[in-house]
Amino acid sequence: MKAQRDVWGQTLVDLARSDNRVVLVDGDLATSTKADLFADAFPDRFFEIGIAEQNMVGVAFGLSTLGYRPWLSTFGVFLTHRALDPIRMLVSQTGAPVKIAASYAGLLNGSSGKTHQDIEDLAIMRAMPGMTVIAPADAAEAEAAIRWAAGYDGPVYLRLARDAVADVFDPGHAFNPGAVHVLREGSDAILVSTGVQTSRVMDAAELLTEQGLEVRVLHVPCLKPVDEAALLSALSGSAPIFTIEEHSIIGGLGGLVSELVTSTTLGKTVTRLGLADSWSESAPNAYLLDKYGLSAQRVAEQVRHALADD
Amino acid sequence: MSNTNATRTSTAELQQLAAAGRWHVVETVAKSKAGHIGGPLSAMDLLVSLYFNELAIDPQQPQDPARDRFILSKGHCAIGLYAVLALRGYFPLEELATFDQGGSRLQGHPDMKLTPGVDSSSGSLGQGLSAGAGIAMAAKQLGAGFHTWVMLGDGELEEGMVWEAVHTARRFKLDNLTAIIDLNGLQQYGWPVTEDGDRFDRSNPWAGVDLEGVFDGFGWNVVSINGHEFNEIQAAFDQVRAARCSGKPTVILAKTTKGKGISFAEGTYKWHNGVATPEQLAIAAAELGQAFEGEAK
Ligand SMILES: Cc1ncc(C[n+]2csc(CCOP(=O)(O)OP(=O)(O)O)c2C)c(N)n1
Ligand SMILES: [Mg+2]
Repeated sequence: MKAQRDVWGQTLVDLARSDNRVVLVDGDLATSTKADLFADAFPDRFFEIGIAEQNMVGVAFGLSTLGYRPWLSTFGVFLTHRALDPIRMLVSQTGAPVKIAASYAGLLNGSSGKTHQDIEDLAIMRAMPGMTVIAPADAAEAEAAIRWAAGYDGPVYLRLARDAVADVFDPGHAFNPGAVHVLREGSDAILVSTGVQTSRVMDAAELLTEQGLEVRVLHVPCLKPVDEAALLSALSGSAPIFTIEEHSIIGGLGGLVSELVTSTTLGKTVTRLGLADSWSESAPNAYLLDKYGLSAQRVAEQVRHALADD
Repeated sequence: MSNTNATRTSTAELQQLAAAGRWHVVETVAKSKAGHIGGPLSAMDLLVSLYFNELAIDPQQPQDPARDRFILSKGHCAIGLYAVLALRGYFPLEELATFDQGGSRLQGHPDMKLTPGVDSSSGSLGQGLSAGAGIAMAAKQLGAGFHTWVMLGDGELEEGMVWEAVHTARRFKLDNLTAIIDLNGLQQYGWPVTEDGDRFDRSNPWAGVDLEGVFDGFGWNVVSINGHEFNEIQAAFDQVRAARCSGKPTVILAKTTKGKGISFAEGTYKWHNGVATPEQLAIAAAELGQAFEGEAK
């Protein structure tokens, strides 16, 4: 059980040893994001831009035009919001191979509160043509996604969580863009999740089993592109669908699944769990997960109640 | 790469090229029924000087890794850049007629994926200097000797991101990066000169601000010129080259007239963009010494 930010710096250092296109562009947060590991290992390939997020995106784009594959590293919220226009014009519209490592994404970021919690990133980045949007489940998947992104000649948004969660995948797990993972089988409900929330959903499934309910758990690490056929087939059957994400219920995974389901004749309802169009607050992780319905217990409870109402 | 400009283009030739470039701007915009005029015209003398006498470029090899880079950060002036690229041989002059039309390589704002000779997409103001800084940093890292030029508008300087890049360029000692500011004293609308002033008399966006002092304070080399005097422009380029090992980026503060070269467009925000009538085109053609058949073709 490792945190994604702990594997991020180390993986990049490993990659940089064999790939001299790898450079890192930091926004004065290397000690939080653990990009300082990279700064120590490759000081001349570490570009400290300071607290200037729009500028750092422009700089990364410029670097990319000469063959580099720059990794932007700072708190995700300052990239997807503060620097959205440069990401849009210089990265997405040009297809530049700039990698956006969005650290401290989601709700749980060390009690920093709503200014730092990025619960809209998936909605925003998913709307961006040509952007690959990845929310890995755990450290192993984060590492695999970082390695995959480094080899990919286009823009990538990578959502990285600050804190560790129980492992979902074994070390050495391979990342396949678009793949949908069926992590658990069951016929009472279909629980779809993404990012580190998947780990808590797996725990919720365990709790539901204890209560006599068997649920299928789907993990969708790549919100774009996504293997729509695979996702649809995993969503079919008579069991009701729940999406669960550490994100707003608008436009993220819930949006993706709803859009897909309503564009077919599946004819099922989708219950979206996540931040219900509200800002959050500063609090310990356990408090936030409980209050916003994302802890294993609260997920299990919401699914159980919904099934009982049916 | 070889500088294909080994022989200097004379001032007389530059003047002719600039007049032709200005004509292509108004004529093309009239044909496409929409577009910017004032900014492309104020920048024209700077653009032809760059493309015909300064940049190490080869229109036959627009992607040559060793080429000098040029970013038109004030991307709304794309038609000015396209006219100069066409005159310089990147694509046929006739292609200008496709400007802004569906399926064209010549988009309303520069698109590096479509237009040969365009080194960065632009259009959302304020981003080009950061891109240029990234390119200049990469060049230093790779030991590449080319120079990177970025042209910005004076209104564009209001964008905060520009000043982030100004700081970065100094911190990374980017003496291989030059910003040219087209100080035409006007933006799209801006402010009236006085509170109760004439609505049509607009203030210089930097009135009351010592821009030279600001850039100097940021640790840049500052060169101030008249952006319509070819000898001053050339002298500024020479100073840029002389400062290549100074550890400082250079800014050329080029005083210009918005709408330069066409009497009815000069010095007014009202021709920031606009479509000339056939009568106005006739006046423009006469003033620029161009043949005009009487209709926007
Ligand atoms: C970020 C952004 N905001 C607004 C605009 C709309 N806009 C296009 S041109 C312009 C005025 C630009 O003035 P200036 O930079 O002085 O250019 P010039 O006078 O050379 O035309 C504005 C506001 C834009 N393109 N990008
Ligand atoms: Mg201006």
